[in-house]
Amino acid sequence: MDYILEVNNLRKEFKKFALKDISFKLEPGYIMGFIGPNGAGKSTTIKLIMNLLKLDGGEIKVFGLDHKKHEKEIKDRIGFVYDENYYYEDLTIKQMKNIVASFYSKWDDATFNDYIEQFDLDPKSKIKTLSKGMKMKFSLAVALSHNADLIIMDEPTSGLDPVFRREILDILYNVIQDETKSIFFSTHITTDLEKIADYITFINKGSIVFSETKDEVLENYSVVKGGIDLLDRDIRKEFIGLKETNVGFEALTNNKDKVKRLFGEEVLIERATLEDIMFYTVRG
Amino acid sequence: MKILISNSSNEPIYEQISSQIKSMILKGELIEGEMLPSIRGLAKDLQISVITTKRAYDELEREGFIESVQGKGSFVASQNKELMREMKLKIIEEQLQKVVKECNVLGLSYEEVSEMLRILFEEV
Repeated sequence: MDYILEVNNLRKEFKKFALKDISFKLEPGYIMGFIGPNGAGKSTTIKLIMNLLKLDGGEIKVFGLDHKKHEKEIKDRIGFVYDENYYYEDLTIKQMKNIVASFYSKWDDATFNDYIEQFDLDPKSKIKTLSKGMKMKFSLAVALSHNADLIIMDEPTSGLDPVFRREILDILYNVIQDETKSIFFSTHITTDLEKIADYITFINKGSIVFSETKDEVLENYSVVKGGIDLLDRDIRKEFIGLKETNVGFEALTNNKDKVKRLFGEEVLIERATLEDIMFYTVRG
Repeated sequence: MKILISNSSNEPIYEQISSQIKSMILKGELIEGEMLPSIRGLAKDLQISVITTKRAYDELEREGFIESVQGKGSFVASQNKELMREMKLKIIEEQLQKVVKECNVLGLSYEEVSEMLRILFEEV
């Protein structure tokens, strides 16, 4: 199997934070969601993939090519959406587009214009007058208008209203109707991923917690609810994370069968959401 | 073709898809040779992941309900009539089992239930 994106034992050290042995792989035709709390290392990982930061160890391959040696070729085939604005504030959408378009060998003006119309953007507006959501729409239009094979997005849905977030999901579905294209996007809004993502890679404190298909993740984890009288020190250790209140406890487990053996009908065992998994893993 | 996915059901989504398609085939709503939606198109329509949809189709293919042709898509497979009948009987048996359980809860006798069945049969 050839991977469209392959990250092996990636390391990056800062004074107060380090990425430790980050590894994951993405096949063509699929969507991977990259989740984790703020400060977990999501943006750093994406900046390393885009070679905007220098790595301290490990390797990154995009389209099977080394991300540094073939940087130019790779970037021509990546549609990139940042969570920050990297455009010239004083230019209009059209002027900015003309600059960006010149970087890409397969720029497609017709596609861009379609998106601009669909997103209700005025080509004559200056970048600085755009709201956060409109800037995101502009970035997205650029990322999708040069026949990219891999779309990489850093928090594309944060700051967007639910209506447009749903529209983005539809646009992303359209991208992967082509089996050779893939999407990698980081987010902390996990409900978006619960629908669309094929794979989930979860990063916490600079390390990968898991990188698996979403279906596996959601099957492996369960939320357990029960009375606090059931808890003792050993039982508490069985859970990945636990929240106790006056009227009961709620906990996360990745061993549903054991919990069933221990408590039988005394507890409720429910499907965990990605948010549950993130919350309890991060908080403990 | 109608497929409805419940997010609150405990049944995994891929099973919801495969069992609904299976039942359409068993009921004859989908006939031999009919083309199913593409995996990616169905994922988009149901707003679920491609892998989940693929798993549902893989399951249906393994059980012989559909056939996939590389580059062309997935089609309803020709069904073995004997096998179909047996599967339908199995579904009826399962539903009857549920009914029997409910009857036990209410304390209905076999005679009472059989009388009910007789009336229902006559009404049809």
